[in-house]
Amino acid sequence: MSDPLRIEVRVNGRTRAFEVRPHHTLLDSLRDDLGLTGTKACCLVGECGACTVLLNGRSVDACLVLAVEADGGDVVTVEGLAVDGQLSALQAAFLETGAAQCGFCIPGQLMAAHALLATTPDPDRAGIEEGLAGNYCRCAGYEQIIEAVQLAARGTTGPSDAHPAADAHSARAAHPDAADRPDVADRPDAQVAPQ
Amino acid sequence: MIGGSPWRGGGRSRVTGAQAYVADLRFEDLLHVKLVTVDAARARIGRIDPARALAVPDVRLVMTPAELPDPMPRFGPQLRDRPVLAVGETAYHGEPVAAVAAETIDAAEEAAGLVHVDFEPLPAVTTIAAALDPSSPLVQDPALRPGDALAQTNVLREHRFGWGDLAAGEREAEVVVDGTWSFPMVTQFAIEPHAFVAAPDGDGIAVWSAIQHPYWLQRVLASMLELPLSKVRVFAPDPGGGFGGKQHAKYEPLVAFMALRLGRPVRLVLTLEETFQAVRRAAADVRVRSGFRRDGTIVFRDIEANYLVGAYADIADRVVAKGSYTSNGPYRTPAVRIVARSLLSNTVPSTAFRGFGNPQQIWAVESNMDEAARRLGIDPVELRLRNLARRGDAFLPGDLPADGVWADTVRAAARRIGWGSPLPAGRGRGLAVGLKEGPTTGLSYATVRLLADGSVVVHAGTSDMGQGARTIYAQIAAHELGAPVDWVTVVMGDTAVVPYDQQTSASRSSVLMGNAVLAACRQVQARLRTMAAALEGVDEADVVVDGGEVRLGDRRLEIADVLTRGLGRLGGELIGVGEMRKEAQPEHPLGGTAAFYEFNCTAVEVSVDIDTGDVTVERHVTVSDVGRVLHAGQVRGQDEGAAVMGLGHTLMEHYVWDEAGRIRNLGAIDYKIPTTMDLPRSMESEAIEHADGPGPYGAKGMSEGALLCVAPAVAAAVRDATGAVIRDLPLTPERVWRALQDRTPV
Repeated sequence: MSDPLRIEVRVNGRTRAFEVRPHHTLLDSLRDDLGLTGTKACCLVGECGACTVLLNGRSVDACLVLAVEADGGDVVTVEGLAVDGQLSALQAAFLETGAAQCGFCIPGQLMAAHALLATTPDPDRAGIEEGLAGNYCRCAGYEQIIEAVQLAARGTTGPSDAHPAADAHSARAAHPDAADRPDVADRPDAQVAPQ
Repeated sequence: MIGGSPWRGGGRSRVTGAQAYVADLRFEDLLHVKLVTVDAARARIGRIDPARALAVPDVRLVMTPAELPDPMPRFGPQLRDRPVLAVGETAYHGEPVAAVAAETIDAAEEAAGLVHVDFEPLPAVTTIAAALDPSSPLVQDPALRPGDALAQTNVLREHRFGWGDLAAGEREAEVVVDGTWSFPMVTQFAIEPHAFVAAPDGDGIAVWSAIQHPYWLQRVLASMLELPLSKVRVFAPDPGGGFGGKQHAKYEPLVAFMALRLGRPVRLVLTLEETFQAVRRAAADVRVRSGFRRDGTIVFRDIEANYLVGAYADIADRVVAKGSYTSNGPYRTPAVRIVARSLLSNTVPSTAFRGFGNPQQIWAVESNMDEAARRLGIDPVELRLRNLARRGDAFLPGDLPADGVWADTVRAAARRIGWGSPLPAGRGRGLAVGLKEGPTTGLSYATVRLLADGSVVVHAGTSDMGQGARTIYAQIAAHELGAPVDWVTVVMGDTAVVPYDQQTSASRSSVLMGNAVLAACRQVQARLRTMAAALEGVDEADVVVDGGEVRLGDRRLEIADVLTRGLGRLGGELIGVGEMRKEAQPEHPLGGTAAFYEFNCTAVEVSVDIDTGDVTVERHVTVSDVGRVLHAGQVRGQDEGAAVMGLGHTLMEHYVWDEAGRIRNLGAIDYKIPTTMDLPRSMESEAIEHADGPGPYGAKGMSEGALLCVAPAVAAAVRDATGAVIRDLPLTPERVWRALQDRTPV
């Protein structure tokens, strides 16, 4: 196995320097080296979009990018969307329209939608369909996802007190050592620190 | 509160990336597992040599059958036929013969490829015809089915249902419509591939699995490991999609044996390709003969269904039985004969998948109805309305009478699609109905704790896999106990903490667990009543607790105030325990009557590209009888999601097998599911509410209905648009194009 290489990547606004194996993908590095597990693994061949992140402002399938290719680059993952615990307009819109069902594809959908709105602030429906064509949702909540993107594009949503979350805690499904770590991210009133 | 659309419970963590699925959990000292398979379906397994694999640095174990108890431990919800690892022979493409555990994923992957396995491919049974052929090899060792007269065949079981005098029906029939329809093998394709973790836990074991029934899994593991239930702790983090494919143990026993052997946590995360080799829906050929009088009245129905299940029973035969029992549909039919077989084959074990055996039958029976309408010269909507059971009709003798005003559902769908209005050239419309039995038995417990400040903790053992069970229980508790919905925390997914629930399946959870949560809330309300009566010095009978408040005659008290005063200086909480049982009925063919029916009507308008055979769904209308909407956004999400999933098996999805029984389209590149580019150009979803369900506030389950009859509706529309009759799914462009070439010139 080849020797590890040292790379430096700006991830969610913070410069991270770490060693990667030459054959490891950006997806491997985000999840395993940096512990950013919000980015999901599914098909690993660039079809499903579950691992979509922004690399230098463009949406990419992190499973198709070698970690070394991201050296010197700027990466944004789903963990980087909320600022000081305030959801982005898209995140809030996804909650507002009920776009997140099982949730597994949602980080990828959000990143693809962010990339779309960055280049096309007011896409029509066909534009949204095309912009999200590479992101599978087997719950098939596509209509509500598309509506969320439309809602965010219109700028009529944001973190709102009018729609309290029915959020709740999962049972501590983690290693016993982690059993007393509060699940802060799931508290409606909690501040989520940007990564 | 009830019927509104508060933000999803767990929603915030789903949009921030904080939601931890099994593959996201952190463990100290974790070992990574990879499966070892051979490139064959059925194969004789000779020597397994782990030497080269064990030489890879960081490899800790190569688990082979020799490392497991002898005889090989087996498991399965219907038959204990599935081995932890294949022993002697593999039974399907992808069945593991060994597994590697290593300190890194890289090492595990490298070593898995270096385990040397001597194997000799054997003839495999991969089609319905081969499974029915007595000269084919046996898929299962007859010793696995002791005392079973069918053990010397590949028929796992044969079911016979029906009622009335079929011969009389045959004599009465003026028109008989006969045909056979085929439904392909498809896979659940949850975006979260299955993931399993096992770790020694004191003198027991802890297992993490994205499973739809942690308590059933606990029972399976306790039995295999000879541990008391209390020493098997199952954590079930919210699955990233289940659709039935995360029911029933798959690789949990393997990782449990490996963790106990190594004394360390081990994790197996399947690749998407491996999920194709772990779960799928049964293929089926269904022959339907229906007899009608000229006025359209059905006089008999005769159905023969052959389902191709896999190499192990899993829950597949239950799928066949339940999917066939209701296969006459929601119609008043005086004489019905149903014969359904589950046929073993050397293919991936089929299991539960949204719709549970019904979509295969509904595809055939509803297509048969469409052909009947043409033969009879009766409008297809009218033909269905003429025969539809009315509320209270014993349309399925011995089972729950019709529990909805189903004609309302059909009329709503017909109205929305503009049934009968002129269409542009090249367009066609189709409409079909689907019926599915809800759960036949059930047992759910819930605890509800009203805390000193008026906030609430609910414990409910449902798996929230996207249907939104957390939100529903939070809404119920909020409504009953006067808390804001975001003051309710719903705890799930830990058998050591959360009380028993039978399973998350059959669209049961809003109804059965919902009722348990409601019952627990009512117990808390009773304690509040006692408390308020003591505080106010009045008779308990004069205190009403309802709709989130306490009333004494004209006076209204806040629940939080009653709590503060009533709990006093020590504080504390009020605890309620709810139980919801639906008892088994052993004399019933399915072991119990339906708790409710899911009823859906789907109407579509399509256009067909005559040159390419490409079908575009221009409009898709789905109307479901849901009893009562508890969460409008989630009802819509389930309804539309089921509809689009149905378009998958209707238009594009199917496994491709080679002659040796190997899957040739493993993975996302060669197996397509619907994306945003495949959506109907317009989609409408409507819920019919008569508050006539057995669940909270009159709700019924509704998460599968909109998938049931998509295929016959689309095929009818293709026929309407082009005249081409197609009886095999999926309606791929090639298949449609070929059918267009074969059309009888008009």
